[in-house]
Amino acid sequence: MAGGTVSLPQLVDWLSRFSGLVTENRTYLTELDSAIGDADHGANMARGMTAVMEKIGATPVAAVDELFKSVGMTLVTSVGGASGPLYGTFFLRFGTTAGAVTELDGAALGAALRAGLDGVVARGKAEVGDKTMLDAMAPALDAFDAEVASGADATAASSAASSAAAMGRDATEPLVARKGRASYLGERSAGHLDPGAASTAYLFEALSEALA
Amino acid sequence: MSASVKELEEEVPSVKKLINDPANVLADSLVGVAAAHPELRVDHTNRIIYRGEPTKAGKVAVISGGGSGHEPLHGGFVGLGMLDAAISGEVFTSPTPDQVQEATKVADGGAGVLHIVKNYTGDVMNFEMAAELADAEAGVKVETVVTNDDVAVEDSTWTAGRRGVGITVLLEKIAGAAAEEGRDLASVADLARRVNASGRSMGMALTSCTVPAAGKPTFDLPDDMMEMGVGIHGEPGRHRVPLAQASDIAQQLVEPILQDFDFTGAPAIVMLNGMGGSPLIELYLMYGEVAKILEKSGITIARNLVGNYITSLDMAGCSVTVLKADDEFLKLWDAPVNTAGLRWGV
Repeated sequence: MAGGTVSLPQLVDWLSRFSGLVTENRTYLTELDSAIGDADHGANMARGMTAVMEKIGATPVAAVDELFKSVGMTLVTSVGGASGPLYGTFFLRFGTTAGAVTELDGAALGAALRAGLDGVVARGKAEVGDKTMLDAMAPALDAFDAEVASGADATAASSAASSAAAMGRDATEPLVARKGRASYLGERSAGHLDPGAASTAYLFEALSEALA
Repeated sequence: MSASVKELEEEVPSVKKLINDPANVLADSLVGVAAAHPELRVDHTNRIIYRGEPTKAGKVAVISGGGSGHEPLHGGFVGLGMLDAAISGEVFTSPTPDQVQEATKVADGGAGVLHIVKNYTGDVMNFEMAAELADAEAGVKVETVVTNDDVAVEDSTWTAGRRGVGITVLLEKIAGAAAEEGRDLASVADLARRVNASGRSMGMALTSCTVPAAGKPTFDLPDDMMEMGVGIHGEPGRHRVPLAQASDIAQQLVEPILQDFDFTGAPAIVMLNGMGGSPLIELYLMYGEVAKILEKSGITIARNLVGNYITSLDMAGCSVTVLKADDEFLKLWDAPVNTAGLRWGV
């Protein structure tokens, strides 16, 4: 990683690895979703990220904001349900905050990720502990920011974020869902991992791998 | 012989429904809608049903949409006096923002667009994004009313809130009539919110339903049980209880509605809605039971609707919706409507 910055090809690699992870684990994600949702999260995310990779492959972009606007809009228009708007908003806000640049340093990457998280909060109106993707994303961003604040680079920060996201995902198991379709199950939603938190853990695992 | 049998086996559909390819049910069905209703215009690419004529300049456009599988909602309510456009998502899946944005731009007659959205997480988010996009890119003014009349959801603080069900039908009729009168967007939206606030619904299922692409029932329901408080996607209800007689079922549906809201002292509009798999003879029988209970509770039924209006594919069962009306609601209810699903006064 030259000069401690993250390049456009590395960001594309992040998306490609995320696409690979949700596609490989589509059955697992759908199984998680059939326990407490409507059994389509794996199929929806795999379809959406496949569309994203096709779009990126067909129309290469020159700047980070352009790339993520394309990613966000593709997800929004191809995923449907709640995951489409949530992941779509995440990437749209990520791109807007990153701006028309071709590389990001650790702090800029952190700021873009944080803007994505704020977008997810604004869109989904969930709080940490509601058993949603936020339960993986919020601790991941806190870990990322703490690393950057202590002088670490984007690679180390992403690795810490990935571990924190996985822990956040695992911590959704005993929770009772308070948002989304799972919330209608009440107490019956406890004892299952949240599928959105599981796919978000893949998002940070992919980032960590792409920057390693 | 073995080869031809094998070929035949491959042709046999995996699910016993009137469909071709399970993946094309929505697209194929919209082809049928277009064939049956030349007075409508169907955008097959974006899966939008419009009235044949563009929205009159200065008239507020009223549009709605959601997952398919609830027909005639919403496409069956496009026409004079009701909706200007309806957007279809896949079965039980919200339409995407680009579809909703397209319908919003096309239906706008310059006076703005009312989005009627049932309170389901996906629908709310996709319509919200569409409204932002339509405003940012085309300068179309959008107001949104989210329906949430389902009393079966008890703990609305700790869930995604009450679901939007039967009141959506009555609201689309009343708001559509108000828009036809030439009221402005704020006034139509305010009226729509008052309709939602004055209505309550409760549904029940005798059977599950089968999403074509899934090919098997969404949930298991033993023959001697029924699901009280079911949503319109086969999501679980309040209680699973032993099957009972219609009079008892009516009691179990009406009681939570009356406990939740005071319907006395005003005329009521009552809908006895079929979930898609129950015959009309049973729906009328149920209406008779519901009417008896309401009258005994001091509620005067001024208008009623009996039939399949907001369905859940092939689910057997029904729902009851009660709207506390006033003279304005009744006048708008009686106004002419000319749609595939509702037609009077024309």
